[in-house]
Amino acid sequence: MALNSPTLTIQECAPWKGVVDGLAECRYNLTHLQALEAEAIFIMREAAAEFERPVLLFSGGKDSAVLLRLAEKAFRPGRFPFPIMHIDTGHNFPETLAFRDRRVAELGERLIVRYVQDSIDQGRVTELKGLGASRNRLQTTTLLDAISEFGFDVAMGGARRDEEKARAKERVFSFRDEFGQWDPKNQRPELWNLYNARIHPGEHVRVFPLSNWTELDVWEYIAQEQLDLPSIYYAHRRLVFERGGMLLAVGEYMQPVDGEIPFEAEVRYRTVGDMTCTAAVRSSARTVAEIIEETAATRISERGATRADDRFSSAAMEDRKREGYF
Amino acid sequence: MVRRLSTVAAKSDLLRLSTAGSVDDGKSTLIGRLLYETKSIFEDQLEAIERTSRDQGADYVNLALLTDGLRAEREQGITIDVAYRYFSTPKRTFILADTPGHVQYTRNMVTGASTSDLAIILVDASRGIMEQSRRHIFIASLLRIRHFVICINKMDLVDYSEEVFARICSAFQPFLTRLGLSDVLFIPVSALHGDNVVEPSLNMPWYEGPSLLHHLENVEVASDQDLVDVRFPVQWVIRPHRSEHYDYRGYAGQVAGGVIKPGDAVVALPGGYQTRVRSIDTFDGPISWAFPPMSVTLTLADEIDISRGDMITGLQNRPIVGQNIEATLCWLTTSPLKVGKKYIVKHTTRSVRAVVTNLQHRIDINSLGRDESAEMLGLNEIGRVSLRTASPLMYDPYDRNRATGGFILIDEGTNETVAAGIIQQPVG
Repeated sequence: MALNSPTLTIQECAPWKGVVDGLAECRYNLTHLQALEAEAIFIMREAAAEFERPVLLFSGGKDSAVLLRLAEKAFRPGRFPFPIMHIDTGHNFPETLAFRDRRVAELGERLIVRYVQDSIDQGRVTELKGLGASRNRLQTTTLLDAISEFGFDVAMGGARRDEEKARAKERVFSFRDEFGQWDPKNQRPELWNLYNARIHPGEHVRVFPLSNWTELDVWEYIAQEQLDLPSIYYAHRRLVFERGGMLLAVGEYMQPVDGEIPFEAEVRYRTVGDMTCTAAVRSSARTVAEIIEETAATRISERGATRADDRFSSAAMEDRKREGYF
Repeated sequence: MVRRLSTVAAKSDLLRLSTAGSVDDGKSTLIGRLLYETKSIFEDQLEAIERTSRDQGADYVNLALLTDGLRAEREQGITIDVAYRYFSTPKRTFILADTPGHVQYTRNMVTGASTSDLAIILVDASRGIMEQSRRHIFIASLLRIRHFVICINKMDLVDYSEEVFARICSAFQPFLTRLGLSDVLFIPVSALHGDNVVEPSLNMPWYEGPSLLHHLENVEVASDQDLVDVRFPVQWVIRPHRSEHYDYRGYAGQVAGGVIKPGDAVVALPGGYQTRVRSIDTFDGPISWAFPPMSVTLTLADEIDISRGDMITGLQNRPIVGQNIEATLCWLTTSPLKVGKKYIVKHTTRSVRAVVTNLQHRIDINSLGRDESAEMLGLNEIGRVSLRTASPLMYDPYDRNRATGGFILIDEGTNETVAAGIIQQPVG
């Protein structure tokens, strides 16, 4: 088998004459995407090695797709040393579930699904009523219940620091107390790549291998790795209506009220979450290359464009995270 | 199989940098301007901080709100914790750790500096060199940041005077010489008006150097990595237990030093078994060499007993294998260091118990003086200690290799990270 070169820059170093000779002329440089990949693989291996019962959280979105590829890079030809877990709000885009099942089957890994509906039926949470009601926040209870049901001590997720200003402050290994809560004022210092994974029974840690990735990095990686995604990331025609400046899809769980007029538009999704709080953006980008172009040029942040739940207050994410949200 | 890079143009490399500053030196304005000029602030984020600024009664847009992401920080108007910011230009991608400047948050400055290759130090031209500028430089140099940019900011307040600039630069010189820092660039800027931040300033024709962004795009940092001495801390052993990979035994980890090639003679420490590298595997297929900070999997020619926490190194220039360690500690927590108390050391992928046997001196981070009568290290204090570990570490002086020369101390009772450790050249 032909040997691959790890970088493009290093090929310029030929002829290779051994370490000492080579050193003077060669630039041992990774591209920024290779550096981010190497860091994320390190983080995932560290989480798997330092904890007894790891789990990988899967949302069905593009960040999850990247995490699954990174897990392959970190652990193949072995199996993943953790199951994949999806917290299902019951309000998913059908394309997301199809993608999830397709990808899990390809990987041959174990999938756990826990349902917000079950938490509602068991009286663990109460369904919100009214306009703008969403199950997004309810997921936290289902997630924390699942973590204690399986005794998971670390949960890896695809959150990125560029998404939101509270997340910009969060550690890669982010400690959660026995109530699943994040205490932003009292985070463990995180030095070098030496992650402190020590916890007491009942506590757990959230690990974010994509901490240092941006939305554009994720798309460039999807292009490089030719990753499969739910089709709703690409431009398509859909019946939508406008609410609070956002385009919401008309569907089983989301209906326009008086004065909101449904219309068909060419849209795509920049994030994929609960149908009731994830908005579409107008776009004609039908390929990864077109999305990269659009993402590089956009002047609106990912969550600002698409997440109704973060519009309530400037600390909405911080408050949800304190409770144990993803 | 060809690595699928062809679909995306090979992109710029990555520069990790940190900034430190105080409330009034214009750090937030400078960062805000870098983000704004590189189109890294989104309109909705800008609108949100404009709204908040108005709500707070400010008559200008408070760019600090961009980085002060926590409720407590916005309420108090101070930066408490490190915030990470991302921006890129066609030439490079940047990860910026924005750290608080106050002495009370030294520990957060240490956190931000630990992963940085370059530090930006801000000085207010109208006030000149302050105690805390020296403190920032000292901490950054302690963490082996080799590249410094000292931005003399608010040049508009001193009539863009070359003389003021020159005076502040020369005031720094003795301190920089004492710390042995050589790559230090002074740039006169006005973050408020944008002079020399992205574009060269028309107000300071006497300054012939690059603008800040131009320098950040072009400064050479990759050569700082140790490419001579092979260091491969084993992180994870891949044993598939599947029929198709029945015999596979791969040692996964991130290269911490040197360039590894198939066929290289290596030794596994602390065991001391010698063998050869059979292959360097990745998910995309085997590769012909690996260097820091690549995450790869090594297979070896002989079956030997290696597990997480062991280190694969070259036969020559091996790391020190030992239990007595001299180190500089930065204390990160309110309960002070106790000589004689046991802690957990996490070093590379290895965690061992350790006891601090001696506190030699405490360093006054403002004067750099040594207090040899010190009996404790409190929050944010820095001192020189001796440690003894329960089993050997494979280490290098931090000056030689950041990845094999740094460690953290963890309190066994609270599980808190209580100190950052920087390994010094052993005495004698």
